Amino acid sequence: MKKKKRLATASLAGCFGCHMSLLDMDERLLEVLEHVEFDRSPLMDFKGFRQRCDIGLIEGGCCNEDNVHVLRQFRENCDVLVAIGQCAIMGGLPVMRNAIMHADDPLRECLEEAYNESPRVLNPGNHIPNDPALPLLLDKVYTCSEVVHIDFQIPGCPPSGDTLYQVLMALATGKKPEFSYGMIKYD
Amino acid sequence: MSETLASTFTIQVDGQTVTVQAGQSIMEACDAAGIYIPRLCDCEGLVPQGSCRVCCVDINGRIQAACTQPAAPGQVIGNETPTLNAHRRTLVEMLFHEGNHLCPICEASGRCELQAMAYRLGITQASPYPYLQPVRPVDASHPDIALDNNRCILCGRCIRASRDIDQKHVFDYVGRGIHKRIGVSAARLAETDASLEDEAIARGTCPVGCILRKREGFDTPVGQRLFDRRPIDLDNAVQHHIPTQAVPAHIESDPP
Amino acid sequence: MDNTDSVAVKEACARFDFDPKRLLDILWQVQDVNRCVDANALTDIAQATGLPRVSVDGVASFYHFYSSRPKGRFAIYLCDDIVDRQHGFNDLLAVLRDELGIAPGQITADGLFSVDLTPCIGLCDQPPGLLVNQYIAGSLTPAKLRRLLQDLKKDSHPGSSFTQGGEGQNGNSLIQTRLKNNIRRRGAILGSGQLTESGLQNASELSSFEILETLRASGLRGRGGAGYPVWQKLDTAFRQITADKVVICNADEGEPGTFKDRVLLTEQPDLVFEGMTIAARATGASQGILYLRAEYRYLEAWLEERLAQRRAEGLLGSHICGTEGFNFDIRIQRGAGAYICGEESALIRSCEGGRGEPTSRPPYPAIQGYKGLPTTVNNVETFCCIARIFEIGATAFARLGTPQSTGTKLFSVSGDCRKPGVYEFPFGLTVRELLNHCQADDAAAVVVGGPSGQIIGRNEFDRRLCFEDLATAGAFVVFNSTRNILEIVRAYIQFFVDESCGYCTPCRVGNVFLLERMDKIIAGKGETTDIDYLRQLADTIIETSRCGLGHTSPRPILSTLANFPLVYAALLKAPNAGSQPGFDIQKALDEARHLAHRGSTLYDRDYSGGVS
Repeated sequence: MKKKKRLATASLAGCFGCHMSLLDMDERLLEVLEHVEFDRSPLMDFKGFRQRCDIGLIEGGCCNEDNVHVLRQFRENCDVLVAIGQCAIMGGLPVMRNAIMHADDPLRECLEEAYNESPRVLNPGNHIPNDPALPLLLDKVYTCSEVVHIDFQIPGCPPSGDTLYQVLMALATGKKPEFSYGMIKYD
Repeated sequence: MSETLASTFTIQVDGQTVTVQAGQSIMEACDAAGIYIPRLCDCEGLVPQGSCRVCCVDINGRIQAACTQPAAPGQVIGNETPTLNAHRRTLVEMLFHEGNHLCPICEASGRCELQAMAYRLGITQASPYPYLQPVRPVDASHPDIALDNNRCILCGRCIRASRDIDQKHVFDYVGRGIHKRIGVSAARLAETDASLEDEAIARGTCPVGCILRKREGFDTPVGQRLFDRRPIDLDNAVQHHIPTQAVPAHIESDPP
Repeated sequence: MDNTDSVAVKEACARFDFDPKRLLDILWQVQDVNRCVDANALTDIAQATGLPRVSVDGVASFYHFYSSRPKGRFAIYLCDDIVDRQHGFNDLLAVLRDELGIAPGQITADGLFSVDLTPCIGLCDQPPGLLVNQYIAGSLTPAKLRRLLQDLKKDSHPGSSFTQGGEGQNGNSLIQTRLKNNIRRRGAILGSGQLTESGLQNASELSSFEILETLRASGLRGRGGAGYPVWQKLDTAFRQITADKVVICNADEGEPGTFKDRVLLTEQPDLVFEGMTIAARATGASQGILYLRAEYRYLEAWLEERLAQRRAEGLLGSHICGTEGFNFDIRIQRGAGAYICGEESALIRSCEGGRGEPTSRPPYPAIQGYKGLPTTVNNVETFCCIARIFEIGATAFARLGTPQSTGTKLFSVSGDCRKPGVYEFPFGLTVRELLNHCQADDAAAVVVGGPSGQIIGRNEFDRRLCFEDLATAGAFVVFNSTRNILEIVRAYIQFFVDESCGYCTPCRVGNVFLLERMDKIIAGKGETTDIDYLRQLADTIIETSRCGLGHTSPRPILSTLANFPLVYAALLKAPNAGSQPGFDIQKALDEARHLAHRGSTLYDRDYSGGVS
């Protein structure tokens, strides 16, 4: 039997919706699994790479140092790196915080707004979380292709199970992914 | 006047012969012949202005905007060519990167012409361009209308509709260069006489989600929206058209 | 709100008959009196002129010299052209910071001074230069600038060491500068002795046909850069059957590195007006406009005086030169800071009080231009040529230069040479010859025609300056071997970013992308693939832009890629399939380190968990 492609996935600054969409492939997951086997992935709960992978799927952009670290690990360990979903491609919802980036102190302003100043926040101690276990935030949200070289993108919020299935099958069988009209969605 | 202006003549568009009525632009002639030339700033019923450049066509080897260029006898025109579509992709990406186009949270998604143009042009690959991420103030002062300039692509359709059809001149361009944007004729929109009845505010005049009619967002289910199943073309673009008769007769060209 | 503001606005509107077409003049008066055009002024002007408020806003916000926030009583505009930057600009900036305590974009607490940067003000032959209100000064040193600031503080006026003693007419009491002309070589235009200034007199005796025929025979082509045959432009306007026509002189000399029009307007204004009058005779125009760039407003009083003098002498007005039905007059339209207004349709719009955005063609200005009338727009130098052709004759003129480029050309020579200034030569001399004349001993690069022209290197110095080879509007900026080519390119792309009108997508956005990538390359983060990126982007900008600005803005990059490939190659690295070199994790984390009072477990090598 032909050797299966190794697949790794990660969710960075995203909502896990794209990973949920992977599950939306439903019974076709079994078909996909005939061609690929999972390495590092939240679906498998492997925390690190076990060996070099053929395909890496990245959901979400980079909003903190850990995202950058994981993304770089993926780039180092995967032959083909695929950004899936709008957050990975153009920042998605998290990138809205960049709308204040021209302030002198954008990150402070972002945190103040989120934890203190927004009229819908109740935070009597004006406490802004800063546990040493929390990764440091970046000055702004970066798209995946701003941080590392990305080979393919699958747009959508999230991309549908159908789209993921077709692109994954193409990659698993060594073809260049093609997108028919209905497969391109930015929402 | 010369004979050509008094009669019809023909031009070639992607190898197809198109009959032109004297005085028509290339865009008008192609529209009448059922040939779609991609466009964003042009909209039937409004004075063409040739600013988005998406309708660029190759006329005898020179690239011009189809919406402002008059058709002339003997023109050999390229429209759906790989070179032109590459330019169009670049132009559409420029617009995506110039503003903040967050499709997942935009109520125009699915009927947005910028998004539809990107779909039509098959834009899926990582764009090499930087995101400019502007920080332009949102004007939600008006009780019925909100204006999110961060999504504006400067097509000026609202300007022309308000000036020429509504006769109100609520909008115009202010600033220049990369700082150019749409301004309103008062300190904020609430102080203008803009209203939901205006052609400028009608759905479809703004091709993106910059001018928003409040309380009408997300009213069409995903899957049933204008461009969910069909690419933007001549047929579905018709739904945006402002009636030609609404344009005052004296408006013929770019006014001073 | 202060009431006097409103009064000033009403006075300004009344002075120009509440005419929306004179909006530039109205805005200038408001800016001068109130030192800004603020939101209240916009509303008042809109009410007085009947314009929509947003349109007044659109015009006021388009031009560099109108300001929504107050400028100082002395509004200092320091020229930040690349030549100035290489010749003392930073020293002046330091003096301004030192003496006034402010940086560009700021105003002193007492409202006395504001400092801003401005693109080339036409003093590249005597850098560094600046503007203060209606005054202009070049060849500045830190000591001179200190004295200027003291004069202004003490006497509210630049002292005589700045307003007197200029060379030739520069010292005229109506011009009030200490500028030099630096005319290094004279020819048919600048005059070398035997000229009689009889062009208009001769032309007034000719019919339109005869004038056009003479110009055709002279082979004269426009001096603005494009080189369109002048007689054809005039002929098209002449053939239009309309009640009136217009002749406009484009004195919006904005191309960085050019200043010869400044010298012509200083020393030969009558020749310019004469040429305009002959053009009017040819087309049948009765209205003339001299569109004077705002940076040259110090010449306005002088030019007005010359116009008044010509009216008194019967050279303007009715029955010019005693010829029945030869009626023509000229008004001066002051620009307000916009390079794009050098494009003729944008210039016409600006004359009409609008945003200086080019218009779609057709209709061509020669058929439908200023206020819908057939309009001929020509460069200052072109009008001087017209006047001289009717003085020395078409044949004598055509004998000069080359077959396709007849006559002489004025070159604005500046940069790294010992004799900067204005050189008049017949077309066709080589770059090397001009370099020898201006004594540029170590020329490594020459900008021919300004940023919209070509940046050439040593292997191109034998090319000839004429329409057949290296076409140029006249700018000739020399850079020696110590100069950083990429910094020059960057400065020019920045110029185009600042000066793009923003009308069309490729020019508005594309130039910003070019600039971003130049910055990346200059920062040493460029990859070899960035060259393809620049070329492809440049291609779309050139091919799809609407006017000449976008058609030429990528040229500084393209011409240096062709002529100085090693300069780029030295900085570029082979593409790394992994990380993007433009992303800097340390910089991206700096603010969080500061806010969280801790270092990074991942990216700080000496991380100990404590305060970093």
